[in-house]
Amino acid sequence: MLDLADLEMVFSDGRNYLEYDGDTKYIAETMMTADAIIIGTPIFQASIPAALKNVFDLLPEGAFRDKVVSLVVTAGSSKHFLIAEQQLKPILSFMKAQIVQQYVFVEAKDFHRGMIINDDVLFRMDRLVEDTVMLAEAYEAIQKEKEKVYGL
Amino acid sequence: MKKYRINPETGLEFGVFTLGDHLYNPHIGERISAQQRIKELIEVAKLAEQAGLDFIGVGESHQEFFATQAHSIILSAIAQATEKIKLGSTSTIISTSDPVRVYEDFATIDLISNGRAEIIAGRASRVGLFELLGYDLRDYEELFEEKFELLLEINENEMVNWSGEHRAPLRNAKILPRPQDGSLPIWRAVGGTPASAIKAGLQGVPMSQAMLGGAVSSFKQPIDVYRQALQQAGHNPAEFPVATTTFFYAAETSQEALREYYPHINEGMKLTNGQGFPKQLFAQATDSRSVINVGSPQQIIEKILYQYEQFNHQRYMAQLDFGGVPIDKMKKNIEIIGNEILPAVKKYTAKK
Repeated sequence: MLDLADLEMVFSDGRNYLEYDGDTKYIAETMMTADAIIIGTPIFQASIPAALKNVFDLLPEGAFRDKVVSLVVTAGSSKHFLIAEQQLKPILSFMKAQIVQQYVFVEAKDFHRGMIINDDVLFRMDRLVEDTVMLAEAYEAIQKEKEKVYGL
Repeated sequence: MKKYRINPETGLEFGVFTLGDHLYNPHIGERISAQQRIKELIEVAKLAEQAGLDFIGVGESHQEFFATQAHSIILSAIAQATEKIKLGSTSTIISTSDPVRVYEDFATIDLISNGRAEIIAGRASRVGLFELLGYDLRDYEELFEEKFELLLEINENEMVNWSGEHRAPLRNAKILPRPQDGSLPIWRAVGGTPASAIKAGLQGVPMSQAMLGGAVSSFKQPIDVYRQALQQAGHNPAEFPVATTTFFYAAETSQEALREYYPHINEGMKLTNGQGFPKQLFAQATDSRSVINVGSPQQIIEKILYQYEQFNHQRYMAQLDFGGVPIDKMKKNIEIIGNEILPAVKKYTAKK
């Protein structure tokens, strides 16, 4: 797991991700070598946080090709429900991710002292994990079939 | 065209080039030494000349997994080892070099080779060399533009008066030696975007366009806007050559070519660029409208002629060594080019 709070990351300047160093390179390389990614993010000022956008900006175009990406989003209120749909998914699509369409949206009222207290959220989390694994396995199987056709 | 030593009467020029990558052969997981790789590049140049090819190119790169940091020195060795084949840089990163030194080097190679040297100047796709050679990455654009303009000026005038931001001024500076015929063909390397192609056109310099993968029609666009930009800036497009580059690999059948070459491209791209080459895109090489020149000799002939029909370009450069392709396969490819592909391409493109 990459916890951005524990890592020091520089702003992207458009260079190839292999040419960063330290935590920045570690973050980029971890993302690039993953088969599936679960992104957990808060909503800040009715948008995704700059730190998360910077992770995307470090990576090349098409970085999520052949990767499954799913989302867990927290926010102060339900008014932010569509932020992931309208701001995060377009970025992931542009970067060629196979997106798990249904994401888990968690509001402030679902937490108490760092714990999730809403059982429905926990059920939704379990389903998200299941969907992520299922899509990753299905996608891998589809890839294998396609590669037989390519003969490569 | 004459200024750039291109004779359209003789048809499309055919060359081979290397970025100078020094990678593992993915089929056996081994890598030859840098010394052997450099010697093989010189060997390939000799073979290309024997097979009747028009051009051999060696590119400058300073990152890991490359062996041609001193590309002009390798070109100098090629100049000595060959007699007829034109030779040039594919490409020289002018942004992080002194144009005066670059010109001195290439004018010297031109004299050693009896007038066969050329420069293709580029901006570098990777940026590690900025730190290595002491330049600020923030000047990426301007370093190229300013130094490339100085290089062009040195090419036109033996005596140069110049001042700029990124190099000490030159006052009545004599840049010597001069090339055999007074000037060198100097091209601008373009990565396939219209923005770069327009710059080349407005500047009035020949353009060399790299084509990794995709549809021929996508790469026709930048060539068309390049010629429009030339016209707009008062140049005659008929006087400026266009060169293109693609991956190249020929084998008996297209499936054999794809299967043998794909691991080289994919593993090579992973190490040098951090991202493999999508199989799906590569598999489309069997279509004549894809720019990837991989397949059976007949297929490749058809592809090159289709590209010629669309681009009306003057030189094609094949990259057949990327990703640790062993020397015996390079030899075989050059043989196929010389025996089958080149005669067919010349036959259809030479003015009768």
